[in-house]
Amino acid sequence: MKQALRIAAQLALYVPLMALIGYFSSAPKFSPVRADEALLRLSFIHAAQRKQPCRERSAEELAKLAPNMRAALDCPRERAPLLVELELDGKLVLRREVPPVGLKGDGNATVYHRLPVPAGRHRIAVRLRDRPGEGFDYTREETVELAPGRVLLIDFVAAQGGFLFRL
Amino acid sequence: MLRHLGALGFLLFWLLAASGITLYIRFDTSVAGAYDSIGELEWWFGGVLRSMHRYAADAFVIVVLAHLIRELAAGRFRGFRAFSWISGVPLVWLMYASGIVGYWLVWDTRAQFSALATAEWFYGAGLGVEPMARNFLGAEQISDRLFSLFVFLHIGLPLALLAGMWVHVQRLGRPATVAPRALALGAIALLALLALAQPVVSQARWDPGAVPATVSIDWFLLFAHPLMYATSPAMLWALALGATALLAGLPYLARRPRLIPAKVSAENCNGCGRCVADCPYEAVRLTGRRAEVIAERCAACGICAGACPSSTPFRSVAELVSGIDLPDFTVHDLRRRLQAALAARPEGVVFRCEHAKQPAAGGEISLRCLAQLPPSFIEYALRHGARRVVAVGCRDGECKWRLGLELSAERLAGTREPHLRANVRATKLDDATTFALR
Repeated sequence: MKQALRIAAQLALYVPLMALIGYFSSAPKFSPVRADEALLRLSFIHAAQRKQPCRERSAEELAKLAPNMRAALDCPRERAPLLVELELDGKLVLRREVPPVGLKGDGNATVYHRLPVPAGRHRIAVRLRDRPGEGFDYTREETVELAPGRVLLIDFVAAQGGFLFRL
Repeated sequence: MLRHLGALGFLLFWLLAASGITLYIRFDTSVAGAYDSIGELEWWFGGVLRSMHRYAADAFVIVVLAHLIRELAAGRFRGFRAFSWISGVPLVWLMYASGIVGYWLVWDTRAQFSALATAEWFYGAGLGVEPMARNFLGAEQISDRLFSLFVFLHIGLPLALLAGMWVHVQRLGRPATVAPRALALGAIALLALLALAQPVVSQARWDPGAVPATVSIDWFLLFAHPLMYATSPAMLWALALGATALLAGLPYLARRPRLIPAKVSAENCNGCGRCVADCPYEAVRLTGRRAEVIAERCAACGICAGACPSSTPFRSVAELVSGIDLPDFTVHDLRRRLQAALAARPEGVVFRCEHAKQPAAGGEISLRCLAQLPPSFIEYALRHGARRVVAVGCRDGECKWRLGLELSAERLAGTREPHLRANVRATKLDDATTFALR
């Protein structure tokens, strides 16, 4: 009798536990974006220009250096931060200054931004400054048709002329 | 079951390892082939074994978290328990990391959602490193090499978890890493039944150009992704690191129990090693031919004193000094209390563990642990006038000091030294054992 009760008690514990596992292992469903939304991703890696231009060393300066260190140009390593702007239908949705990585600030700057947007036609403008100073060096403006559940990836490859829109 | 959560965790780990290795035989570790290689599995292989692998992972999460909560509620995280507690904290991270990466191998939209959410979380740490998410953004970025990395992680992380589990039980004597047979078979059978009743299925194939409107997610393992989207990557980092710091810091935040550790008497220790074998917390070691107590690991339970061959009340010395003993509750004290009890109530003596269901009544002898009682004390009481001796252990058959009941039962059954002599008859009823001379 005691053994039977023990088994019944164990079953009373195990069966709901298994039901719990069975249910929550796949439900309820999660919606990363709404059914009428698309997703815009802005993601790129880019090394900005140096903060200061290279400078030619004078003869006196060169003489002070060890013979193996006598490089004619003195190029400070630190890079400028990137300035990125993203405009959606004329409204600025992102403006971010991204510093370069590295202890000396001489590495790439990385940008990643995720933005759910209503599906449909949008005017998207993206701008980048990669040097010290004012203004932008790269700009691209496009009208895109975004279907629900689709992703627009905005990448940047300087060698390919700047921003790339990938649908 | 609750008493065996740790052992159940080990069982589920081995079940995951065995099912995972078997599934790996048929798994194609390439971007093009992974999804189809899972979809093409036969129902009895892909359906049942894969489902068991998945459900065992979920059960593992439940069991580990229940184990953590139970140990926390019982206050078993400070003092001599701190090592086991702290070494358990990184295991929670490894468990989740192993499980989450496992989902990526399926290469469906759930994998896509999870991989990107994880990548966004890492990017959200604000370390300025290259966004991992770039690896998953387009078909051209995804290569078989990336997939090899997933496989490497899904093997490497569980191996690290196993190593961590081994460390986790290092300060435990006789760690309970094997679940009782009935429990093990029951758990496996129920997981198999669940796998048959509700086989897991893949979602649609990974499409880098799409974002699924709904994802069927495993809330046991992937709950952090919705949590991150509901809050922010920074908030999830704060929660995860905060919870980790809190758990790891608990032994230092909580008040340490004031314990007086066991002490070795060099003159009375013959280096037999019984105390070393019986200590539930690996707090005694042999140095040369003598026992040595590692004070910070000592629970002051007295099990070592109960194991010592010199802890016999039949010794004719006036001051009974054991080879190893509790300074604040010596074997000599125990003999004195027994003699007083015999003088007061010769009809029967009761030894009661202080963690028993009922507290010790007047005239009863309270013990730190039932295994603190050397079996020779029972015979001593019977030979000195007691008609019967009763020994009462911990409530619900679970020893406060892990092994006391087990060790005591073995000693009284004569299968462990020091054993109860055969001229004493023992009758067990629930938590109490009654002894009488044959």
